[in-house]
Amino acid sequence: MEVIAQTTVNALYASSYTALMAVGLALIFGVMGIINFAHGNLFMVGAYAVWWLYAVNGWPFFLAVAGAIMVVGAIGLLMERMLFRPMRDNPLGGLIMSVGVLFILEVLAVFFGLGLMKHVPPIYPGSVVIFGIPGATIPWQRLVVIGAAVLLLGTLWAFLRQTRLGWALRACAQDREAAALQGIPINKFALLAMGLGAALAGAAGGVMAPIVQVDPYIGHKMIVTAFIVIIVGGIGSLEGAVLAAILYAFFHTWVTTYIGGGIATTLGLVLMLVVLVVRPTGLLGTAERG
Amino acid sequence: MLQMSSQTALKSLGGAAVVAVLCVLPFVIGLYRLDVLIFLLINIIVAVSYRFITLTGEWSLGHVVMMGVGGYASALLAKKLGLSVWLAMPLGGLATAALAFLLAFPLFRMKGFYFLIGSFAAGEAIRRTWNHFRDPFGGPGGLARIPTPELELPGVGLIDFGDPRIYYFLTLAVVLVSIVVFYRLEKSRIGLTLHAIHWQDSLAESVGINIWRYKTLAFCVASFFVGLAGALLGHHITVVNPPQFSLAIMLYVLVWVIVGGTRTIAGPIVGVTVLSIVDERLREFQEYRPLIYGAILILTMRFLPTGLEDLPAKLIGLGRRLRRIRTTQTGS
Repeated sequence: MEVIAQTTVNALYASSYTALMAVGLALIFGVMGIINFAHGNLFMVGAYAVWWLYAVNGWPFFLAVAGAIMVVGAIGLLMERMLFRPMRDNPLGGLIMSVGVLFILEVLAVFFGLGLMKHVPPIYPGSVVIFGIPGATIPWQRLVVIGAAVLLLGTLWAFLRQTRLGWALRACAQDREAAALQGIPINKFALLAMGLGAALAGAAGGVMAPIVQVDPYIGHKMIVTAFIVIIVGGIGSLEGAVLAAILYAFFHTWVTTYIGGGIATTLGLVLMLVVLVVRPTGLLGTAERG
Repeated sequence: MLQMSSQTALKSLGGAAVVAVLCVLPFVIGLYRLDVLIFLLINIIVAVSYRFITLTGEWSLGHVVMMGVGGYASALLAKKLGLSVWLAMPLGGLATAALAFLLAFPLFRMKGFYFLIGSFAAGEAIRRTWNHFRDPFGGPGGLARIPTPELELPGVGLIDFGDPRIYYFLTLAVVLVSIVVFYRLEKSRIGLTLHAIHWQDSLAESVGINIWRYKTLAFCVASFFVGLAGALLGHHITVVNPPQFSLAIMLYVLVWVIVGGTRTIAGPIVGVTVLSIVDERLREFQEYRPLIYGAILILTMRFLPTGLEDLPAKLIGLGRRLRRIRTTQTGS
């Protein structure tokens, strides 16, 4: 009972940051048709931003996270304007550009952080007991991650469903050409999608900074997980990304608890291959693109 | 027609000159440079075979892992089964091709980004398997003390291929064979069919071409040679381990091929050679290597999207345009 409750809470926490990453990646693919390989490193930049603002310069934690969102969002806007836009007609070109960004961000982080692991102290030390079961606890910092994911993804969902801007963005994701014919400026919405997607990655990195050890390579694990999730969910589908994030996080956490951490990711990759073989366009994916 | 044949003659003459230089080179350069050259030759096989897969229109992210499959297979055959290295290396290549054949069933159900990510997932799962099982793959440390090839020749005695000069020629021979094979395949009916599949897959299918079979063939042949390259690497440095075949290395291969260009077989060779020279020049700045690669990649994509192979043609075109501008100016 204790272990089940604990594993469930851990899985909820894992779904939160996975969903933050995967939804951003799916949004970028949906609107721009680009797989952003640098997404994991945007997460890493977010974590470094919080380390620098909060742990080094003593800003309040949530202000530092807001700073991380701004910084990473700005990087996203720059990437779209300077790198992705000239490649608009070449689906592989955008991907290659993002590989270039991946390399560059990594070296900049080594330079900036001098390659050492950075420790970021948690905002509220300690844990809370969950469901009244004494052995099952969750650290406050992990609750912050869950809260941030619910808040940010809820806001995004409301934005996409309730505002005209959000409608237009979803129209771009559904069919770029048809959206352009309706007078939607595609370039502006590509900027919006890239900015939002990058900001989500920055937010994930920011709130995760006190939990993970911040180093230049933390993005790698994130990007592998995020790839698995968006493939299983169907690339470009936001609902699919959230659903797949929850499924995958539960699967991964359960396997880690009962079998072992090393095998969990391998099984995840195999699971993804199986999904692709059965449905070559993902669980909720529709038409083939690219 | 005459021009064509003189062009071919010029090309084969240039090829012969390059081979001649490559044969003399190991006797004039130092041991360190020679080692760099051996790695370059192995990487040329990797890049050229990678381009052969891209002929199908699909971009794999599992190629470097397939190289590892060849390296591991050959090392295991030679080390654990005591097979002769001369047998183990081609068997390593064949094992890689066999695995590629099995992987083709799930992977070629996918296209575009799905294939890209699917091939990455398959490769990463294989790489994690090496990492996970200490027996027989040696776990995270990999396999060490892989035997180097030896040859007993009557009248000459024992030739030890542990000597880099001799290993260099072995590698060079494999490189030349692989380039010839890929070149001939591309010019053959198979290569033409692959081009058709790349540009018009539904049309190709509608005239009765079995797309899956051709893609699988290209994938298996490319995997055979990259497996051979992995075996060459393993028996040279006598170690194989999982980090040698990680995604980061795969991305470097992608950079070589993109920067060189994929239009002709010369593209990836130019790409890997130029970037290896850049690597050597900047050896003191090892930790900045990704930064330099990233910058080169972005600049190439932005200003030379077809790669370095088209740089001469572009420069000639630019020269012509400049001359035309000058003549129109003097004319007016």
